[in-house]
Amino acid sequence: MNARAQSPRPITIAVVALGGEGGGVLADWIVDLAQHGGYLAQATSVPGVAQRTGATVYYVELFAKAAADTAGREPVLALMPVPGDVDIVLASELMEAARAVERGFVTPDKTLLIASTHRVFAMTEKIALADGRADAAALLSACREAARELRAFDMAALAEATGSVLSAVLFGALAGSAALPFARPAFEAAIRRGQVGVERSLAAFAAGFEAARADQAPLPAPALMGDPARAAPAAIRDLVERAAREFSGETRAVVLAGIERLTDYQDPAYAREFLARLAPVQEIERQRGDDSGALLAETARQLALAMAYEDTVRVAELKIRSSRFARVREEVRIEDGQILEIAEFFHPRTQEIADTLPAPLGDWLMRTPWARRLVDRATRKGKVVKTTSVGGFLLLYTLAKLKRLRRRSLRFAAEQAALAKWLDLVAATARADYPLAVQVARMRGLVKGYGDTHARGEAKFGTLAALIPRLRGRSDAAATLDTLIKAALADEDGQALDKAMAGLSAAEPMSKASSMLPRACG
Amino acid sequence: MAERSFKSEVAKLRLGAGKEFRGEGILAVTKALLQAGVSYVSGYQGAPISHLVDVLADADDVLRELGIRFEASANEAAAAAALAASINYPLRGAATFKSTVGTNVASDALANLASSGVTGGALIIVGEDYGEGSSIMQERSHAFAMKSQIWLLDPRPNLPSIVRAVEAGFELSEASNTPVMLELRIRACHVYGSFVARDNARAAFTLKDALENPARDVNRIVLPPASYLQEREKVEKRWPAAVRFIEQHKLNETFKGDADDIGIVMQGGMYNTVLRSLEILGLADVFGASRVPLYVLNVTYPLIDAELVGFCAGKKAVLIIEEGQPEFIEQAVNTILRRADVTTRVEGKGVLPMAGEYTGAVIKEGLRKFIAAYRPDLLGNGIAVAALVGQDDRVAKARQSVAGHVHGRPPSFCTGCPERPIFAAMKLVERELGPHHVSCDIGCHLFSILPPFNLGNSTMGYGLGGAGASAFNAAGGKRAIALVGDGGFWHNGLASSVGNAVFNKSDNVLIVVDNGYAAATGGQDVPSSAADNAMRATKNPIEKAVRGVGVDWVRTITRTYDVGRMRDVLKEALTTAVKGPKVIIAQSECMLNKERRVRPLMRKRLQGGERVVRERFGVDPDTCTGDHSCIRLSGCPSLTLAPNPDPLRREPVTKVVNSCVGCGLCGEVAHAAVLCPSFYRASIIANPTAWDRLKHKVRSAVIGALQRRIDARLAAA
Repeated sequence: MNARAQSPRPITIAVVALGGEGGGVLADWIVDLAQHGGYLAQATSVPGVAQRTGATVYYVELFAKAAADTAGREPVLALMPVPGDVDIVLASELMEAARAVERGFVTPDKTLLIASTHRVFAMTEKIALADGRADAAALLSACREAARELRAFDMAALAEATGSVLSAVLFGALAGSAALPFARPAFEAAIRRGQVGVERSLAAFAAGFEAARADQAPLPAPALMGDPARAAPAAIRDLVERAAREFSGETRAVVLAGIERLTDYQDPAYAREFLARLAPVQEIERQRGDDSGALLAETARQLALAMAYEDTVRVAELKIRSSRFARVREEVRIEDGQILEIAEFFHPRTQEIADTLPAPLGDWLMRTPWARRLVDRATRKGKVVKTTSVGGFLLLYTLAKLKRLRRRSLRFAAEQAALAKWLDLVAATARADYPLAVQVARMRGLVKGYGDTHARGEAKFGTLAALIPRLRGRSDAAATLDTLIKAALADEDGQALDKAMAGLSAAEPMSKASSMLPRACG
Repeated sequence: MAERSFKSEVAKLRLGAGKEFRGEGILAVTKALLQAGVSYVSGYQGAPISHLVDVLADADDVLRELGIRFEASANEAAAAAALAASINYPLRGAATFKSTVGTNVASDALANLASSGVTGGALIIVGEDYGEGSSIMQERSHAFAMKSQIWLLDPRPNLPSIVRAVEAGFELSEASNTPVMLELRIRACHVYGSFVARDNARAAFTLKDALENPARDVNRIVLPPASYLQEREKVEKRWPAAVRFIEQHKLNETFKGDADDIGIVMQGGMYNTVLRSLEILGLADVFGASRVPLYVLNVTYPLIDAELVGFCAGKKAVLIIEEGQPEFIEQAVNTILRRADVTTRVEGKGVLPMAGEYTGAVIKEGLRKFIAAYRPDLLGNGIAVAALVGQDDRVAKARQSVAGHVHGRPPSFCTGCPERPIFAAMKLVERELGPHHVSCDIGCHLFSILPPFNLGNSTMGYGLGGAGASAFNAAGGKRAIALVGDGGFWHNGLASSVGNAVFNKSDNVLIVVDNGYAAATGGQDVPSSAADNAMRATKNPIEKAVRGVGVDWVRTITRTYDVGRMRDVLKEALTTAVKGPKVIIAQSECMLNKERRVRPLMRKRLQGGERVVRERFGVDPDTCTGDHSCIRLSGCPSLTLAPNPDPLRREPVTKVVNSCVGCGLCGEVAHAAVLCPSFYRASIIANPTAWDRLKHKVRSAVIGALQRRIDARLAAA
């Protein structure tokens, strides 16, 4: 005899959320909704320290009061979800939805999974030196696989659009899914009884309701993408046309973006140099004749970025543009009648000042102790520059004007020399080991950022560059360099890289190769 | 003033007889205390019982009407010591704290109380923080009950049972002259349900009566020879009295079932999960009618031998469902049955895990194994098993595809938290001076051990950060760094971490994180809180206390967000030639509480047309190179990732989302660590004054003209 078959069952609902996201409010609404709709309701949670942004679960069970009255007994309701026995999972974020799948709360015979597809990145994803983000497609497909039914859309966007909170959108989606035996007005009444931010919550609720019914969020306006093939300014029209002719596929897009970037960064002549520098690699690809173009694309990408290195002049130039002011206004949501003030946080050090100066002067500053001390002292602390004030703006405006001197600056000379060596290394490697050359090209991406970040990246690049001659001739050279680049990106201070290098030496003792590239300065 | 205001909950405390009380378990306990006629309540906050302390802190009117003294105790030892009032007088009282950590601290007082014995009912309400959501070491309060002989209640986790346990607890305590411990797990504390209220009771004998007529009985004081008498009295008088009371009042419950050659003995707190598991296995209905007989221990200590023998006799086997280790109950049941020559097999930790939370999945599996071994016929449901096979495949496939993609998400510092810059500064000092041994304490600051900071080597208990570093004083060696929060400082830290360091001539560095609240437990006031509190004496500066116990080298930093200064002071503390403890008091208000305090004021000023400046930070995506150093030095929830708008770059850029409260850390870190120029601070002036508008007009004219020149050049290029 199966006691269960004859007995009514509770509706089981798990809310999986991050602490402070309003999961508790959502659980409260559900309880209130049920109690006003002829149901008994029990809710529990394990807030504790999870309140501080950690993953947490709220659990609600609903039971028809009529069934309890008929039986003349109170139901025994559970205090935590049992895997395989959850009717509805409400997830406030995609990775939390996937966590519910991992914990077995979502099962194909039972569970309606209502999830927001937006991402709130975990700390371990955010602190990566490059890109540590989890594969959102894998998370979503797991949700689809595990659930009986999935209603998933970007609820954060709807909350944002309605000026409300995500829990209201989720509540709306729950109503829209028609999974509970309550009509829409009953849900709305629960929000009204909550008495907090009622109007906005109702708007967010409505958005969630409609999206869940249609099983999709209204499509967001298409993002404005820079179209590289759009009418180019006259000064670089010939370059753009040439690039469109000579390059194809991904390479074309990269090269066009590079031309545009370098023209903006310096002038059309600089973009011309870019193409000239790319020519040898272009020739290698042509001779090779296979259509992959991986080396050319990667070299073009890294070359464009490296030529447009970040310096004081570039930063000043970008900070004062009207388009930037507009972007900030939008980002901080300025309303009519409000005034926006923008302050920048700069910390130029003697090195950066010398870098900006004409090479001989910069060189003198770095080599003259008293002058250096003087500038060191003046730059010990960071500066806050108010770009929206006349003085601050003029300061940056003047700095941006130094663009004309850039080609004669100390940094420029150093960068060009380093680039030339790297390009030579790419070309020399390509003739012997094409896949390795692709990695050598990619390796340049380690050098980026400002100040200490730049110095650390450069040191790692130098370490790897010195290794290339030793790698040549090994059958696994490209894979090895790929591993080393990943190690270089594993931590800030290069411990993982040192360890990987040590492992390499242990595996294959080699004579100490002399560095092909002296550590670039800059 | 606590994180949550309980003014609306306080109204529920006044509900009279016959009215339905709806709310959380721990609030039901609070109401039950009033119904039981307590004269005093003491407590130290901590999940999951914080709300009991918080609601009483907000319930001054109600308490005054009933003549109840409420102590927001300095620590659990103080809370437990307050129960001394029940030794000599017929006064009912309760103490509450988080367990086992709080019980550890309270155990000195509890042991004395238990030895003395009580006249009035003494109830110790412990929040058993075991399993999911817990922030402490995983231990059982059961051991404390056994070692001091305190009766332990573990009621079924529904509001009527919990309320009944409070009332029965006082009666049991008085009937057996023994303090009683009421154990509530985290979910039971937070379970939302209802019960029918009774009127609150005012104690017939009052605190004032006791003070006017002091009573003294030397046999109730712990000193030989009374202590030897008390030890004998415990087993000769109090234990039998308790057993009698528990039997007579049927505090434990037996539920019959037709499969009566087996049975289940469980802690009361396990009841709902066990019943749901039985229901899923087809062995119970949703109303609790089980085919397997059940013996529910609402009192888990002492066990009632006669009841157990009666339940087990004639059965092939019983299953003991007892969460945590060691398996005290299972061992005791074996002894009881052996002494009674009952041959029933006792299963328990053999089919259930020895350690860890007994979740639905765990109990269901344990029950299945037990029944499969002794009554496999009860599980005969081939169809359901077949249906599950295909489903398990899909679940397995889904789980496999997310394996490795689902990152752990432990709690972390909130947006704008003033503690974060302290650790950012420590990271910067680490770059210069290398790593140091860091002794942590209890509080939000313990999140420093997690990414992105990865700072901290041990934690020894509340207020013990400094003491935890005390061995590390070696001539010529590096100094150890210790941390303590203001909560821990007043709990125990002043004596154990500061006074101790002075007396032992420690050379270490102690950072006192002074954010104005016991923040991790819900933002309760502490003696150094900056807020006015009508009920408590606040505004007692930590620096004064530290100097008072003899520390000479003290630096108070009044704005932790000044990372450069934090770094310099910490460096000085680590390198100065001055001997003796170095104490840095790092002060800035807990942002969670500050926002709660300031936001409504800001809203009001905005609506009133007053000038309000809102600050927040942002990142320019075109200068950000996607290295995320800033995140590694901050870890603020508002600092996140966004796709890189630059088609040439692959790495996501850093982005500041609108939850930013403009604490300023991003800018300070960018300066102190010489990071990058991508951060900007936006000041948004609402209801600007005429002067603001004039300034803006002039600036816009000049800047606008120059920007138009730039735009024109860009268009022409």
